[in-house]
Amino acid sequence: MLPYLARRMISLALSLLVASLVIFLLVEMVPGDPATFMLGTGAQPETLAALRAQLGLDQPLPVRYASWLLQILSGDLGQSFTYKTPVTGMILDRMQVSLPLALMALALAVLIAFPIGLFAAARRGEAGDTAIMSVTQIGIALPNFWFAMLLVLLFAVRLRWLPAGGFGGWDAPGAALRSLLLPAVALALPQAAILARVLRSALIETMDQDYIRTARAKGLSRGKTLRRHALRNALIPVLTIMGMQFSFLLAGAIIIENVFYLPGLGRMIFQAINQRDLIVVQSAVLVLVAAVIAVTFLVDLAYAAVDPRLRTR
Amino acid sequence: MRWTLILGGILAGLAMLAAALSFLWTPHDVGQMAVASKLQPLSGTYWLGTDHFGRDILSMVMVGARTSIAVAVVAVGIGMGFGVPLGLLAAAGRGGWVDEVIMRGNDLIFAFPSLVIAILITAAFGPSAVNAIIAIGIFNIPVFARVTRGAAMPIWTLDYIRAAQVAGKGRLRISLEHILPNTLNLLIVQGTIQFSLGILAEAGLSYVGLGAQPPTPSWGRMLAEAQTFVTIAPHVAIIPGLCIFATVLGLNLLGDGLRDALDPRLKVMQA
Amino acid sequence: MIALENLSVAIRGTPILRNVDLTLAPGQITGLVGESGSGKSMTALAIMGLLPRGAVAGGAVRLDGQNLLTTPESALCRIRGNRIGMIFQEPMTALNPLMTIGDQVAEVLRIHHRMSREAARARARDRLDRVGLPGPRFPLTLYPHELSGGQRQRVAIALAIAEAPDLLIADEPTTALDVTTQAQILDLLRDLVREAGMSLLLITHDLAVVAGIADQVAVMREGELVENGETEALFRNQQHPYTRALFAASRHVPARVTAQADDTPILSVRDAVREYVLARRTTFGPHEVLRAVDGVSFDIQDGESVGLVGESGCGKSTLTRAILGLDPLQGGEIRLDGEAVGPGGAMPAALRAKVQVVFQDPFGSFDPRWRVDRLLAEPFHLTGRPRNWRERVAEALSEVGIDPSAARRHIHEFSGGQRQRLAIARALIIRPRLIVLDEAVSALDVQVRAQVLDLLADLRRSHGMAYLFISHDLGVVRGVTDRVLVMDRGGIVEQGPTERVMGQPAHATTRRLMAAMPEIPADWSVV
Repeated sequence: MLPYLARRMISLALSLLVASLVIFLLVEMVPGDPATFMLGTGAQPETLAALRAQLGLDQPLPVRYASWLLQILSGDLGQSFTYKTPVTGMILDRMQVSLPLALMALALAVLIAFPIGLFAAARRGEAGDTAIMSVTQIGIALPNFWFAMLLVLLFAVRLRWLPAGGFGGWDAPGAALRSLLLPAVALALPQAAILARVLRSALIETMDQDYIRTARAKGLSRGKTLRRHALRNALIPVLTIMGMQFSFLLAGAIIIENVFYLPGLGRMIFQAINQRDLIVVQSAVLVLVAAVIAVTFLVDLAYAAVDPRLRTR
Repeated sequence: MRWTLILGGILAGLAMLAAALSFLWTPHDVGQMAVASKLQPLSGTYWLGTDHFGRDILSMVMVGARTSIAVAVVAVGIGMGFGVPLGLLAAAGRGGWVDEVIMRGNDLIFAFPSLVIAILITAAFGPSAVNAIIAIGIFNIPVFARVTRGAAMPIWTLDYIRAAQVAGKGRLRISLEHILPNTLNLLIVQGTIQFSLGILAEAGLSYVGLGAQPPTPSWGRMLAEAQTFVTIAPHVAIIPGLCIFATVLGLNLLGDGLRDALDPRLKVMQA
Repeated sequence: MIALENLSVAIRGTPILRNVDLTLAPGQITGLVGESGSGKSMTALAIMGLLPRGAVAGGAVRLDGQNLLTTPESALCRIRGNRIGMIFQEPMTALNPLMTIGDQVAEVLRIHHRMSREAARARARDRLDRVGLPGPRFPLTLYPHELSGGQRQRVAIALAIAEAPDLLIADEPTTALDVTTQAQILDLLRDLVREAGMSLLLITHDLAVVAGIADQVAVMREGELVENGETEALFRNQQHPYTRALFAASRHVPARVTAQADDTPILSVRDAVREYVLARRTTFGPHEVLRAVDGVSFDIQDGESVGLVGESGCGKSTLTRAILGLDPLQGGEIRLDGEAVGPGGAMPAALRAKVQVVFQDPFGSFDPRWRVDRLLAEPFHLTGRPRNWRERVAEALSEVGIDPSAARRHIHEFSGGQRQRLAIARALIIRPRLIVLDEAVSALDVQVRAQVLDLLADLRRSHGMAYLFISHDLGVVRGVTDRVLVMDRGGIVEQGPTERVMGQPAHATTRRLMAAMPEIPADWSVV
């Protein structure tokens, strides 16, 4: 088990390192100087130089990259240019909205997709299957932010069941969950449609395998064969897609947060872009990328748990 | 199941047609603002009503189709143009260092969701439709590289490839003569799907202001601007959304239908 | 007791089986033989009640009088695996890769009886011991990928017989296995039948397998039983012309071709060594090296037909790739007509043009998108395409007995036998001096195989090229080669004139292979 996971771990750590370099260089290419931006164009050259030295901007590029990297490793993402507060704290603060939102959406997507995918695969080619597959086509084509607006129109404006936006913090957990429910549904439904289709086709492909015939010859019914033998084998492609979906959910959350005025990572990034607070953009993007890579590793762990062939290799 | 092909073709075709027609004719001038006739409902003069500046929504939607389609087409072109050769190369050198480098590079790009790439590019160079194209295009490269490699790998183990090697053909020639033609069906289907995802992504980027900039009409930005008035005049928000939905649905159905028609065993990357 | 009465099956209106009558008595082995597509497997699936979607069955399958065709699915589930067990052709894919072998055997027991997990495991242990996978070496916790093909087929047998069924159906159970493994599996099946008094329906394309094991034989053609009866009597009488044709084709030996040798051998292999670097066992451990070909030396003279036989994994495919100049050697050398062979650009086109190849799989041998003329002309890449290449293609087509008008067709329009003829035409078109036939007739039905063997003999007579005939089928090699090389664990353990090597095998490997080879007793032929 160790060699496979060890190899994946090294490979992903390298990915993260290269990603940090890419992010660093892209932000470096930004025209304009943060120090000038912070002090305004009318600042004294000496004050400017002092600030540049304080921010370490007068160092050569590789040195700045290395010191940034070391700083990150110690858990310090730097100071926001605009707010003059530690970026780490800002991001942790915003994560309290973004992470629960993405997790809620993923859980919803899985809860919807699995029963639907199993049902359709079991009734492959029949009317129920065709109907479900048509509905999922519609789900995939829905732009989630538009779907979010429609949800707001119906559930917040017309029916007044749920809030149309905003977030009051976790001190009132009930209200917080209610605020996140519509955004999570808007994010989850299109992903659930994709997941259900992938699960169905993976199940159908697995059901054509020789060992499924063996299981039927043992005396298992079609349904039991599907649940006991096909499902676990079909899980491998499904896990891949779920891993990719998490990154889509994180990115999608950035947009959805704007529909619902949620104070999450996404809103913070857009504010930072507008304020040219590059250190915040740089750090937030790095955190997002790290999250995607961490999820990839979790998916690899899940592969190894499901498939004994990976454990011995 | 041929109805998917027909319905998909009709929906996607309508979007193309509207975009093409908008070069020659639109019911009203898209730039023309008339605050007096703002937020009008659907009528004989304004078939799909007007927005908060009194602009004709039908005309804007037609010109917006142009933006969406152009961005998606170029982005798919970038993805295919780089991704397919990389995938062929990786498969030709399977197991070797070329394969390893290409696939690890792919993993790296996959760690950046297209929206994150767009955020980075926008942060660095400012928002524009071109940057949206680049962001979506970059994200398409590993998708096509992976699909091409995945389709090419099993072909490399077949006997007709060995026969070509015995006939003295090199890997490059075999890739072009045997592998590429045999992966083409799959690439067409994947291309359709990426096209629809491109339209969704462009709409999303424009919605948050990272895509096409004013005054270029775009479906995503129409939605963003309509959000404020959604309770007063829902149609302003519903119509552009419906356009995105119908075009994406059409392309997905088309992809599904093409897959069934070309080869039901094709494996396409969903999501 | 199981009886098929007037069993018919149609899929979407197309008849697949017609009026099949067959009785499978306890303690009896019934061989069901026929060519591919004759309906053998469909018969098995009809008995199991596992026919594909859209299939409609008529007549009756009676298990102690009960018609299984009209039995509801829930009741069939209690019969399958309990009273009727089945094993399939492909042991590599027949077991669930994510489940231990112990759990897979125990599952059968737990489906049909209320039984604790521990009790089921203990019984599973007992069944695995019985099929020759004893406890200490084969713990229940093994996964299928940790076993060889023959061992996996034993697991499949263990789970099929776990409930001591009345009937065991074995659908081509040894086709994917080596001769020696085949002999062991057949022995195991025979012992199980004799011991437990169960009935065995053995489905196979191989008459020799049936001759050695079956009590009664049924011959199937196009969905109908043309003849059935007690094995020896059926072989001796062969009342139906189809049985006679099948029998003749399976023993067919093409007319001898005499070779004219000259001084340089066309192929000369000296101390060839081919190694593979395996993946590391531990992350930082050393790479292990597998020596697949280990110091092989032999010659092939011009116009000579040489056989290369051995079990799978003996290194014969690796050696073939090196001879074709696809892979490098790590030691020794291979010379073709006196010049060194090597991979890629190292080997000049003119030299490469002296050797061509015909592969086993008639389906994977051709690019499905190319037309026949382009496919056949591909080797001209080595010699430059002559101006009259279309005439050359037409000529090659008629040489292999295919109408030259086929040149503009795609490969899917041809049958397996025709494809193999096209593969021979492609190898022939640049007039190579050596043709490597890599299991070239193994995938063909006996009658088609006989025709292709005749064609190969005729071509050697008219063109005088040499053959390297690689096969696991010793019977075929015996009929068509002058000399034979026996390979085992990367080395050649015995070589010499075919008749001598096979008649009086000197090496243990050769003897093992010859003993395992199923044969129809010589005196069973019809006069």
